[in-house]
Amino acid sequence: MNKGVAITGMGIISSIGNTLEENFQSLIDKKPGISKIKKIDTIHKDVIKVGEVDIDNAALIQFLNLPESNNYSRTALLAEIAAKEAVKNAKIKDINQYKTGLISATSVGGMDKTEKYYYSYFEENKNRKYIDAHSLGDATSKIASSLGITDFVTTISTACSSATNAIMLGARMIKSGKLDRVIVGGADCLSKFTINGFKTLMILSETDCKPFDENRTGLNLGEAAAFLVLESDSVVARENKEVLAYISGYANANDAFHQTASSENGEGATLAMKKALDIANLSPNDIDYINAHGTATPNNDSSESKAILRVFENNMPSFSSTKGYTGHTLAAAGAIEAVYSILALQNDMVFPNLNFNTPISETKLIPETEVLKKNINHVLSNSFGFGGNCSTLIFSKKY
Amino acid sequence: MKNYYINGIGCISAQDTSKENFSFDNCNELKNNIVAAFKPNYRSYIKPALIRRMSNGVKMGVVASSIALNEANIVEPKSIITGSGMGCLKDSEKFLENIINNDEQYLTPTSFIQSTHNTVGAQIALGLSCKSYNVTYVHSATSFESSLIDAMITIDESTQPVLVGGVDEIGPHTTALHKLVNHVKKENDFEKGILNTYSKGAVFSEGAQFFVLESDKNNNAYAQLVDVTIFDNLKVNEVEIKAQQFLKDNKLQVNDIDIIILGNNGDIDFDIYYDELQANVFKDTQQLYYKHLTGEYNTVSAFGLWTACKLMKSQETPEVLKLNDKNLTSINYILLYNQYQGKSHSFILLKKC
Repeated sequence: MNKGVAITGMGIISSIGNTLEENFQSLIDKKPGISKIKKIDTIHKDVIKVGEVDIDNAALIQFLNLPESNNYSRTALLAEIAAKEAVKNAKIKDINQYKTGLISATSVGGMDKTEKYYYSYFEENKNRKYIDAHSLGDATSKIASSLGITDFVTTISTACSSATNAIMLGARMIKSGKLDRVIVGGADCLSKFTINGFKTLMILSETDCKPFDENRTGLNLGEAAAFLVLESDSVVARENKEVLAYISGYANANDAFHQTASSENGEGATLAMKKALDIANLSPNDIDYINAHGTATPNNDSSESKAILRVFENNMPSFSSTKGYTGHTLAAAGAIEAVYSILALQNDMVFPNLNFNTPISETKLIPETEVLKKNINHVLSNSFGFGGNCSTLIFSKKY
Repeated sequence: MKNYYINGIGCISAQDTSKENFSFDNCNELKNNIVAAFKPNYRSYIKPALIRRMSNGVKMGVVASSIALNEANIVEPKSIITGSGMGCLKDSEKFLENIINNDEQYLTPTSFIQSTHNTVGAQIALGLSCKSYNVTYVHSATSFESSLIDAMITIDESTQPVLVGGVDEIGPHTTALHKLVNHVKKENDFEKGILNTYSKGAVFSEGAQFFVLESDKNNNAYAQLVDVTIFDNLKVNEVEIKAQQFLKDNKLQVNDIDIIILGNNGDIDFDIYYDELQANVFKDTQQLYYKHLTGEYNTVSAFGLWTACKLMKSQETPEVLKLNDKNLTSINYILLYNQYQGKSHSFILLKKC
């Protein structure tokens, strides 16, 4: 059994930046990436705001140097950019020098292509190459091939907690000794499917989302991808690797309450946070910063606030939701926020919760609204999804 | 590392596999290119009020898991791990068609809510009020094997019993699209059996198989799960090497294997992966196949494991599954190998318990 799970690299592309550095700069500049949608022709384009990555597919294809015959969905394009940045950031020279796996997460997959060619596939041959790009595992397999990973490759989908569960599996596989190194993360692109899905649930905000605000009006959807490189103690020691942070705790629990709504008292979320603290062997007052799920829907923020209060009681650490920057990036959210949690640890900094004015009357929690410099040793990050999936990760400077 | 025992199994497939006295001898080879699952009497497993709201995949998953849990005498598992390559296809298609056909207007959320890939695992948890570990793997034809690998780690971490399974349903539009690219066999191909179709594609079908895994065996135990491994891509000549390495990792040799269960589906482009093993390294081993009874779906390899469990317990080798005929005195080890379209390769190793 390995003890530590070291994070030695990360990569990200989101509406607030195409690289790790750009994302960090936007976070400290309080510069959100929320705007009117440009790349999808939807009837809702004038009434919703989204976190859209500011590069079109053609430019992404060019950046990745893909042949014209490629059948990448936008999810796959975003995923490959972030995964390659993570591998580069981890200074990996020979990917198969150690037993290396890839665990990705998505909920949209190739839906962007399917919704575009759904009926026209029957009429013309030209776009049929995208039929195989629909399945959720497709982007993962493409990245694995592109990075030359030949060992364990898989994909997780638990709605909006997907990437958190991918990171958790990676950590468990390193701990159990099944892998020496694993690239973990997730990606989702915007699609008409999800825009209309969340629209019918009446949880899409028409303005900039306001996590944890009494007058919150719902979420902004976003698109993004992020990946981490996890390595075992022995790889770190042998390669004399610089360690960005450690994954010290993780947990997955189920609310078992409703297919889409969270229970009123945040039962699943409470269980996940408590178990993650147990695994990390930490107590609530060891946590310096909570990067909350905080989607800005009435249901999530109320339920999550109650769960946080159940776990932290009178020891509330600094907390914020960064979804005011990126929007809710669905399956990718857990990976995006893992990167932000690690940046918080590295820079001893809490990133602000944008657009907050009034505390929720029942729970009265007040998130950080400015960049806060403070010593940070442990960050707890939550992600919750449809199907009652509640997952928590804890990132630490040391273990 | 602990031991992993399969203490309960449940199966919904194109055959009447949920029947209590199921026998392979009563199975019929599929004669069509798209075959729906055999519908069990859902009312004996699910409250009628709930049945109406459940999609086919959810119903199959709930029934298969409930049979497996009953067999293992488990009321509430501590982990629920589900594989589903294509997820809840019918609800995804329905919601998407409403979006396109109605120009994004007059939509209702029900099919969107039920379209997420983790719906089956979530509905099982909801039905059992199971608040612990719950995850869904969606990696094409290794979705189920990914779930098994997680299940083994989960048992090592003592979060057991584990309910682990695979489920995939037919989506009419998705199947129609796969016909366009020759992933589905032609309708009139089946006179001489699936392996003699000599055509591209597979028979598209659906099903759900669930298993209860624990570190101790109970009175109902079928077999010990020894090991599982997956590979995204292998060349034809690499399969034999990987098979032998897998056995070596488990301190076994080819002649320790009594039965190899293969995923042949009659696809003229890709059965060559099995041909290699059949003609060479496993030529003296009893070879079996099952996709002539089940068709193809992303988690059909779970039917292979279900079959292996049945054979291990009964110590019988049904004629209908045989690719060759060897004299077997006992069944101690079964190896399973599956791939789909030359990708998503998996090996599963079972031991008598």
